[in-house]
Amino acid sequence: MLDWLDERLGIADWARTGLRKVFPDHWTFLLGEIALFCFVILLATGVFLTLFYVPDTTGVVYDGPYRPLQGQAVSAAYRSVMQISFEVRAGLLMRQIHHWAALLFVAAIVVHMLRIFFSGAFRRPREINWLVGISMLLLALAMGLTGYSLPDDLLSGTGLRIVYSVVISIPFIGPYIAFLLFGGEFPTATIVSRLFVLHVMLLPALIIGLITVHLAILVRQKHTQWSGPGRTEHNVVGRAFWPAQAFRSTGLLLLTAAVLALMGGLLQINPIWTYGPFDATTVSAPAQPDWYLGWLDGALRLFPPIEFTLLGVTLPSPFIPGVLLPGVAFGIMTLWPFIEARLTGDHREHHLLERPRDAPLRTAVGVAALLVFVLLTLAAGNDVAAVIFNIGVETLTNAMRVAVLVLPPLGALMAYRLCGELRRREGDPRPDVVRLRRTEDGGFEEVE
Amino acid sequence: MTGSRAVVLSLVASSLASLGLVALYVIGGNPQAEGILLGLALGGLGAAFVIWSITLLDAPVEVEERHPLRSDGAKPSTAEAREAGDVTRRTFLTRLLLGAGGLLAAALAIPVLSLGPQPGRSLFRTAWSAGARLAGPDGAPIRPDDLVLDSVRTVFPQDRVGTADAATLLIRVRPEDLRLPAERAAWAPGGVIGYSKICTHAGCPVGLYRAQDHALLCPCHQSTFDVLEGARPTSGPAARPLPQLPITVDEEGYLVAMSDFPEPIGPSFWDVTHDA
Repeated sequence: MLDWLDERLGIADWARTGLRKVFPDHWTFLLGEIALFCFVILLATGVFLTLFYVPDTTGVVYDGPYRPLQGQAVSAAYRSVMQISFEVRAGLLMRQIHHWAALLFVAAIVVHMLRIFFSGAFRRPREINWLVGISMLLLALAMGLTGYSLPDDLLSGTGLRIVYSVVISIPFIGPYIAFLLFGGEFPTATIVSRLFVLHVMLLPALIIGLITVHLAILVRQKHTQWSGPGRTEHNVVGRAFWPAQAFRSTGLLLLTAAVLALMGGLLQINPIWTYGPFDATTVSAPAQPDWYLGWLDGALRLFPPIEFTLLGVTLPSPFIPGVLLPGVAFGIMTLWPFIEARLTGDHREHHLLERPRDAPLRTAVGVAALLVFVLLTLAAGNDVAAVIFNIGVETLTNAMRVAVLVLPPLGALMAYRLCGELRRREGDPRPDVVRLRRTEDGGFEEVE
Repeated sequence: MTGSRAVVLSLVASSLASLGLVALYVIGGNPQAEGILLGLALGGLGAAFVIWSITLLDAPVEVEERHPLRSDGAKPSTAEAREAGDVTRRTFLTRLLLGAGGLLAAALAIPVLSLGPQPGRSLFRTAWSAGARLAGPDGAPIRPDDLVLDSVRTVFPQDRVGTADAATLLIRVRPEDLRLPAERAAWAPGGVIGYSKICTHAGCPVGLYRAQDHALLCPCHQSTFDVLEGARPTSGPAARPLPQLPITVDEEGYLVAMSDFPEPIGPSFWDVTHDA
């Protein structure tokens, strides 16, 4: 069989080299694989859902088995998702696996990116793959947003409306862009079918293309590795792809799928029947987006009520937290490999990873960014937290406004000092010891 | 337990779960049981692969050398390039080629404009017009006395019920409590006052009314508006008041709008202050 293939394709040499590619062994190297496997699971469950979903906002009357909604006017899209959830056998399982896999997909990408960032794996020659990775993160967020809105339920419709409002806040061109994206003034009949095309065709195709580039570059440049005995800038130490790594990766794919299957079966997610169908004039409370957009929602909540009008041009208040903040954040992230090379003057090739303590400036910047992200995400739950802790939501919002300005620089400073301290102690493993002696009159004095 | 035994056990568990899944599907399905069985089927197989690779595979640690990434063979020098042809002519042709490609790209991008209409004045207008009767979601017109004190309801123009940009909150308060600007004094007959339901921050419907302090709250980002003071924002991120609908009572005693909202409703945009 293999001979038959090789006689026609001449790939034996090529395959032999490929199968012997060396993979360094460290658990943090599995994070990117988990993201990849989530994508595989998303494709599989997504194809299943596409066979039943109807991207159409035409009004129909719900007549399915879910009693509380019987006789109510809903969109065809909403009805089809209700059918998937209640009438298609294993449909709810597939839908919930799909949603959980989407959340895990973005989470795995983010954690993988944090590993790359804090270990300096983006340094020369891997800047291109960093850019490819950031692009995939943005595409994954777009996938999440477009997919989340497809059921045409009240919660996702409200989310879409906030997106529309943020888009029209862009000075000069905002209303034009919003009308092109949505096909007119919100709410429009076309938006769901447009999101559907993006979600099942354009965005997945782009992600598949970028995954291919990502992996091709990885194979070409070979893996980075943590330093250790026998590991240098000029080699890669690890186990060959076949058989050890292939078995482990297959196992990881199956285990990722197993965890998602359990979550999809046992943990309810996005119960659109409790939210109800979308209606532009009603709203549900509390309203939180999926986790990866929480920081932007939190920023919208915390930003003070400021709207400038200068020479007849208004800067709407959602513009700074909703457009400028993510623009600057993703801009810095995208350019970070080049910013860091400029700051440190280090333009050499690196294949050995750095520990966070070895690059205190980078670690401090990363900690500050992470704190901003976490605090803004928490702020997106300020209404829920106010109820749980029985504080006024206004008090909480004001406290979060202060926290998001004060804590990140403080955290960065602490991380910077901690890096220095950790490195200093490496030479001298003993903790600092001060000997004290009790004097006769009850005081203390230091003994040298 | 030896490695091979653990692999056998995992594979048997996985097979049983797969069989169970088929049986479950045939008898009618259940999301929780499906999740557990699918999880076991996949997990057993996955565990078998992992245990197999750890305990049964003899995979030595190998060292692979890195090679320089840059290709061999230097770039052609400028002298060679100069010999290869007339530089001015080549530069000219290259620029022309790029220009033609750019223009083609622009021409192909123009159809993007077909995706939606021009905003025009649509963000400045709603479905309200002078004389339009206020009606609830059922389309029935409303008299001031239909409203209980401190109650709130959502109303639309009677002939455009459900139109998103026209959604208006109708609240009845004591007339003497209202502190409206002088020019709007006549807009709230009998203490019945109407504000746009679309939040001026990010466009969510302002769905909550707190009667004790006459505050309207938006559940999305917690903007709060004071009903008695012309829906002035009192906390949260909204910067503009909710536009007030001028209301009066027609000769049959029903509530009607005197005109459209005097300013754009919903979230701000760059020329929101331009008058019609």
